[in-house]
Amino acid sequence: MAENENKKVFIRGNEALAMAAIEAGCRYYFGYPITPQGEIPEYLARELPKVGGQFLQAESEIASINMLLGAGALGARALTSSSGPGISLMQEGISYMAGSEIPGVIVNVSRCGPGLGGIAPSQGDYFQATRGGGHGDYRTPVLAPDSPQEMYDLTFLAFDLAFKYRTPALILSDAVVGQMKEQVNRREPPAPSPLPEWVLTGAEGRASRLLKSLYLAEGELEKQTLKQLDKYHEIERREPRWEEFLTEDADFIVVAFGIIARIAKSSIRMARKQGIKAGLLRPITLYPFPVEPIRKLSRRVKKFLVVELNTGQMVDDVRMSALPGPGIELYFRAPGAGSLPALEEIAGEMERRFR
Amino acid sequence: MKQVFSRPPELIDIPFHFCPGCHHGLIHRLTAEALNYYGLRKKTIAVSSVGCSVFLYNYIDVDTVEAPHGRAPAVATGVRRVLPDRFVFTYQGDGDLAAIGMSEIIHCANRGENITVIFVNNAIYGMTGGQMAPTTLLGMKTATTPYGRSFQKDGYPIRMAEFLAPLEGVAFSARVAVDKIANLRRAKKILFQAFQTQISGLGFSFVEFLSACPTNWGLSPVEAARKVEQEMIPYYPLGIFKEKKAADHL
Repeated sequence: MAENENKKVFIRGNEALAMAAIEAGCRYYFGYPITPQGEIPEYLARELPKVGGQFLQAESEIASINMLLGAGALGARALTSSSGPGISLMQEGISYMAGSEIPGVIVNVSRCGPGLGGIAPSQGDYFQATRGGGHGDYRTPVLAPDSPQEMYDLTFLAFDLAFKYRTPALILSDAVVGQMKEQVNRREPPAPSPLPEWVLTGAEGRASRLLKSLYLAEGELEKQTLKQLDKYHEIERREPRWEEFLTEDADFIVVAFGIIARIAKSSIRMARKQGIKAGLLRPITLYPFPVEPIRKLSRRVKKFLVVELNTGQMVDDVRMSALPGPGIELYFRAPGAGSLPALEEIAGEMERRFR
Repeated sequence: MKQVFSRPPELIDIPFHFCPGCHHGLIHRLTAEALNYYGLRKKTIAVSSVGCSVFLYNYIDVDTVEAPHGRAPAVATGVRRVLPDRFVFTYQGDGDLAAIGMSEIIHCANRGENITVIFVNNAIYGMTGGQMAPTTLLGMKTATTPYGRSFQKDGYPIRMAEFLAPLEGVAFSARVAVDKIANLRRAKKILFQAFQTQISGLGFSFVEFLSACPTNWGLSPVEAARKVEQEMIPYYPLGIFKEKKAADHL
């Protein structure tokens, strides 16, 4: 893996993510089987031992996330992946990791919920992912790939953010992006980073270290919470990522993420041929949400159309980001409809709402 | 003059928060002595749990990570997989290990993770104020069994040391008590044996300590120690239930 001789590979999204994890220095994977992310553990079960890593199939997602917590406490780059129901079980551990400032990367190749829901693609886990998800006052970076290429690229970023900010980081993908095969351009693997000085190694020649989330003494937790808040503010300042497509002269903006954004791009091209000056804003980080570009656009555009594969979740963030003025409308496809919205369908909505 | 007795430096010199007559202090002390005896401070990573045992890190001077309730064996697994040459132990109460963490302990034991689990069984939830634990004795009145625990309604108290022993991954499983000097001495020996099991790479080692909880049992410290002898030990017999001499190899 040291040299990426085959710079270009034709590969499934889930496999691109798993490949990137190893290239990003991840040597530990803990997970529990669930559809539609099976290619990630299967790839890593095969490839991790070859690079001196370890793959462990845990007894549950609860165990997986706590193994991730243990590995992260030692400063190891470790990964777990799952889908909706499993990610729900992980929320306890994610909350503890956030509270203890232990890094790790969690992948949600999401499916429909609530409950057992279905295995079709969905964006119904947006709230869970972007609002912390577990108990307590915390956030985690959330990256939303729209392609196998981004499954690859954002995995590097997820590890970097997790360690830079000492936080669990999430990748929120879906069944389509996970399963689709496309060309992926590989990068040079980064040089391994030195162990940070907070990690547990055994207290040799130094005072013992402690990673914890319990703060009972008066004022202690408030201090810790405010310290974490500074971190979240820094993340919100420095880390928003988004893509703008044909926004420069646009009067109308579609806001969509993940697979829906890809469909929307084609719809926008179609609408432009009909003379509708539409553009796309695609959040790549769902937390931190790209507030500024939406605020900026809201000064001059006439309308936003938020398109989601849920009953309307990200639309709340768009409403909170935009200045008063332009209308903010929602077009959604309830998960489990059996198909994704066709590009003509989204183009039709644009025609109806933007004309 | 030769010094024959001192506090092991692994035990931090501050007053315990434990109630008078609680056995956690003794078990902490034995843990520190074992760490000291094997010279493990510099290579130990401890995993603390939730309950009265949560403040382990205030008293034992080793690198420590705090686990969510019941999940210490899973956290320890992550630790063990990353640094296989370190000494790893968890310290868990009965609510933590035998109720909410039952799945994690069984699978960790069954994988034969080379860690040591110190399990403190005081037959009750201490920190939350004396509710029924999976180990609460039949007939015992607690905050949530005001009429006494009945097997028809609440099931039977679970004997963890015997329960885990038959699992192939378990190299060592034992139950000890610290209610009197003879038992304390034997407990120390057995805890050392569990540490040695891990050091020798034999696999998962488990020591269940019977412990008094005078506050939540509503007894004086002396009466509580007597209850360990007269009620706990008859149901939870002391002894070694599994003792592997060699590591498993495929």
